[in-house]
Amino acid sequence: MAVIRMAGALVDLDDVSVRFGAQRALDGVDFTVRRGEVVALVGANGSGKTTLLRVLHGVIAHAGERRIAPGLRHAMVYQRPFLLHLSALRNLLIGLWLADRAAARDAQRPSAHGRAERLERARAALARVGLDALASRSARSLSGGEQQRLALARGWATRPKLLLLDEPTSSLDPAARQDVEMLLKGFAADGMTLVFSTHDLAQARWLATRIVHLEAGRIDADLSSADFFRSVAEGGIRAFSPGEPAWSRTR
Amino acid sequence: MSGVAASAATALELIIHADPELVRTVALSFMVSGTACFVGAWLGVPAGAWLAAARFSGRRAVLIALDTLLALPSVVAGLVVYLLLSRSGPLGSWGILFTPTAMVIAQTILVLPVVAALARQVVADGLAEGGEQLHALGAGPVLRAALMLVHARWAVVTLLLVAFGRAVSEVGAVMIVGGNIAGVTRVMTTSIALETSKGDLPLALALGLVLLSLVALLNVVVALVPRSPGLAGATWR
Repeated sequence: MAVIRMAGALVDLDDVSVRFGAQRALDGVDFTVRRGEVVALVGANGSGKTTLLRVLHGVIAHAGERRIAPGLRHAMVYQRPFLLHLSALRNLLIGLWLADRAAARDAQRPSAHGRAERLERARAALARVGLDALASRSARSLSGGEQQRLALARGWATRPKLLLLDEPTSSLDPAARQDVEMLLKGFAADGMTLVFSTHDLAQARWLATRIVHLEAGRIDADLSSADFFRSVAEGGIRAFSPGEPAWSRTR
Repeated sequence: MSGVAASAATALELIIHADPELVRTVALSFMVSGTACFVGAWLGVPAGAWLAAARFSGRRAVLIALDTLLALPSVVAGLVVYLLLSRSGPLGSWGILFTPTAMVIAQTILVLPVVAALARQVVADGLAEGGEQLHALGAGPVLRAALMLVHARWAVVTLLLVAFGRAVSEVGAVMIVGGNIAGVTRVMTTSIALETSKGDLPLALALGLVLLSLVALLNVVVALVPRSPGLAGATWR
């Protein structure tokens, strides 16, 4: 695994491409995530947002180079989180156990965390996302919003420096969406670096400090949030228009 | 018609009064098939899970062979075990032909492909849904497969019940390697075949009723196994 040396950079992609059969999902992408950023990936379906997140997390093969900061802890929350047929608490404990094992393997030393500490961290994570009362409920019997919050807790509990989120609110009702957005705002306020994909420009505007627009597997625009929306308003970025429902959603 | 009715009445009497021969035969059937399923589960479930997770050259051929063995006729399994255990066979020195142990071996060979193939399918389905996310959490291939077995434990219970049903209802293998010796290797299915050929319909019918009831009971249990632990409230804490 290549290690990044750039100050403040957590992950750096250099000329990264991904193919799924004949389809090119990412095409020569250069992309750097810096500490403390909240990056929104926007673009149409199939533009490469999810693939970019998967490359950042290191779970799919790609061409080009991916460099990460030494010892960087990172976690990913998927659009439809996979939860085991176990209680919410047990799902968190297994997530923590897996993360500790992986960290110990990377550091080539035994895990420093015992079961008691993992239990404490799992309960703290459930409390952080407001699910402490549902710890013993089967994760699969929770509502969509609660499942997404549990997945966020699973990611947050591993204390990642970088949290990647694939359309974390796409299948949620407005109330559940707002809950998740508030949590993400809180994570960012705590100093966690976030990269999330979304179709919701209002969400991107509210949460993100930087917006990356993807089109056909390429980065079409990579701007600060203010510059991005100025460019959209001026017609510089035509993939979205102010008339779209996502744009006009108010808070 | 009256002959059948009289046989059925006598059969019910045998069941109600727990006829010793009937009880002994049923008990041996449970012992043999239960042991075969136990061994088949210990070997077949991990093997199936591993086949779902592992990638190696020749994997497709192994899967085709496994699917072929699903249709293995019980008499063929019996014949193979007979050839291995007969006095002139490679394992003839063990001296276990025409014993319940030989019957367990034959039935294990029958249920093993069923258990392995169904376990592989259960784990493969789970991995298709959540394999990448478990990988993203830090689980390697073996751990992902093991977690999927925990995740789909009720499906595993169901497949073991299916395997037991296959074992307890087969006749060819146990007939060949057991020899249908009264009080030693006589199980329900071999006894039904023998008593029918002898014309002792009441005992055959009684055993048939017990076997049918057992299969019905298994089906009821399979139907009651929760598809989702959450729905059944069977959360594993």
